[in-house]
Amino acid sequence: MITDPARQSQLLSALYIAQEEHGWLSPEAIRWVSIRLGMNPGQVLSTASFYSMMKLEPCGVYLIQVCEGLSCYLLGGAEPLIDYLSRELGIKPGETSSDGLFTLEVVQCLAACGSAPALRVNDELFENITLDDIDRLISRMKSGEF
Amino acid sequence: MIFKSADSIDDFPPILTRNVHRRGSERIQVYLDHGGYQAARKALRMEPDQIIDQVKRSRLRGRGGAGFPAGVKWGYLPRESDTPKIIAVNTDEGEPGTFKDREIVEQDPHQVIEGVLIAAYAVGANRAYVYIRGEFFLGVKRWIKAIADAYEYGFLGENIQGSGFDLDMSVHRGAGAYICGEETAMLESLEGKPGMPRMKPPYPASEGLFGLPTLVQNIETLACIPHIILNGPAWFSSIGTEQSTGPKIFSVSGHVRKPGNYELPLGIPLREIIEFHAGGVPGGGQIKAVIPGGASTPMLPAEALDVRMTFEDLAAAGSALGTGGVIVMDESVCMVEVTRRLSKFFAHESCGRCTPCRIGSQRIFEILERMENGQGRTGDIKLLMNLVEGIDGHTFCPMGSGLVNPVRSALKYFSSEFEHHITHKSCLTPQKATV
Repeated sequence: MITDPARQSQLLSALYIAQEEHGWLSPEAIRWVSIRLGMNPGQVLSTASFYSMMKLEPCGVYLIQVCEGLSCYLLGGAEPLIDYLSRELGIKPGETSSDGLFTLEVVQCLAACGSAPALRVNDELFENITLDDIDRLISRMKSGEF
Repeated sequence: MIFKSADSIDDFPPILTRNVHRRGSERIQVYLDHGGYQAARKALRMEPDQIIDQVKRSRLRGRGGAGFPAGVKWGYLPRESDTPKIIAVNTDEGEPGTFKDREIVEQDPHQVIEGVLIAAYAVGANRAYVYIRGEFFLGVKRWIKAIADAYEYGFLGENIQGSGFDLDMSVHRGAGAYICGEETAMLESLEGKPGMPRMKPPYPASEGLFGLPTLVQNIETLACIPHIILNGPAWFSSIGTEQSTGPKIFSVSGHVRKPGNYELPLGIPLREIIEFHAGGVPGGGQIKAVIPGGASTPMLPAEALDVRMTFEDLAAAGSALGTGGVIVMDESVCMVEVTRRLSKFFAHESCGRCTPCRIGSQRIFEILERMENGQGRTGDIKLLMNLVEGIDGHTFCPMGSGLVNPVRSALKYFSSEFEHHITHKSCLTPQKATV
């Protein structure tokens, strides 16, 4: 298949759109992207599978990503926050809650080391996080105010 | 104790970050109200060669980690005007301990757009791709708006400011891969492929994005350009040292009272950044180790804090300026755990192309993990050193050297902690963790 290089350079953007629309990159979403960009589905999947922000499995409504980088760890972040979230949400890192509301992930440095500890919920960054902040975030997410 | 050296600069006037605290700093009108785009107007009346010459004479070196002289790089692009050329802006900031680019991306996009415009005009590129780290959602949003505004105000598009020069620019969002900060991996990613580094040569200046001559430059480097054009190369090179000129944004994190970004002249002692600007270690603690330039640069012990923050001084001290991401660790920290954590990062982020990096990073992590868990074995330190030697210099891209740096430097300065973990199955310095 001949691929127009300019179109191919839109692949990550197209995958983001598909992910937004479908919630995750289902085989159907991958096919849709490949048709729209005139690319081989295998090529699309190959690229999608390389990047950690491309979700090849269903993901919760709220994707919570906790940084385990060195600077977050030094300021008491990483594991204590991850363990706390795990207990409160009843899921381990990498898992999605049975109601499909929460996915918990451990991620690498979020470039928020100056305001560590940090975590992300979907596309929003939260800095200087405490356990109280996590309580507030969880109740906002549970009540749909987020 | 607050430390200040005799030749310290208390209040270095910010250059690259002078706008970031203004209200609405990301908006084009605010940028224009404070002198924005005057350098571009000036540059568009200059000869392209004259601009390249000024950047060369400023002795500006790349701020993304490698420190390559920017003007020299610009001079590598082919001169023929009929060859389409590209500028690729690297904002895939992922080096642990570094958060300087995020501040510029979010707070002052027009300063970079202006720098890109000048660079594009100088090398004759009519197309600019801006690659922004996927997690920088706010930054991506602001750049989409900033680019639209730059078109509207005539700083992008056709016949920019009546100069006859055309430049188109688009934003591309990365998707969570540290390796895409490596220039050729970023080009692969921009082409819609997995971000695996290419073998060099050919260098991007001759064969880059879509095989076209491409100038790849970090955004902090590009942010320096308008200031060089406005104030001249002599002014720029008067800041810093002979080999390391200009201002630099240092990101300071870890055990300091005031973590954050500090824009200071290159050449400032590391100790002054930590103890004077960032307020020193809280609670009167002592520093045990500092990573001076992001996670992939060798750590330094407390005795080395008087090193000046330049490419040459840090190299002489056995480390590197890298991105200028300073991570400070006090005496409560276990260096085995620090090294384990950094190794986990690199094992996770290895793109998998080169076996020494792919397998080696994983083996290093496993050994440190078992050491940390009290299952270290006699001979583990030797095994780690064998892996370090087997990886360093045997990979396509600099990540191989990057991933062994923390391990080799930790073993050099803190070997007793590793030995204690192996012999006593326990830690010399239990980490205090409080949120």
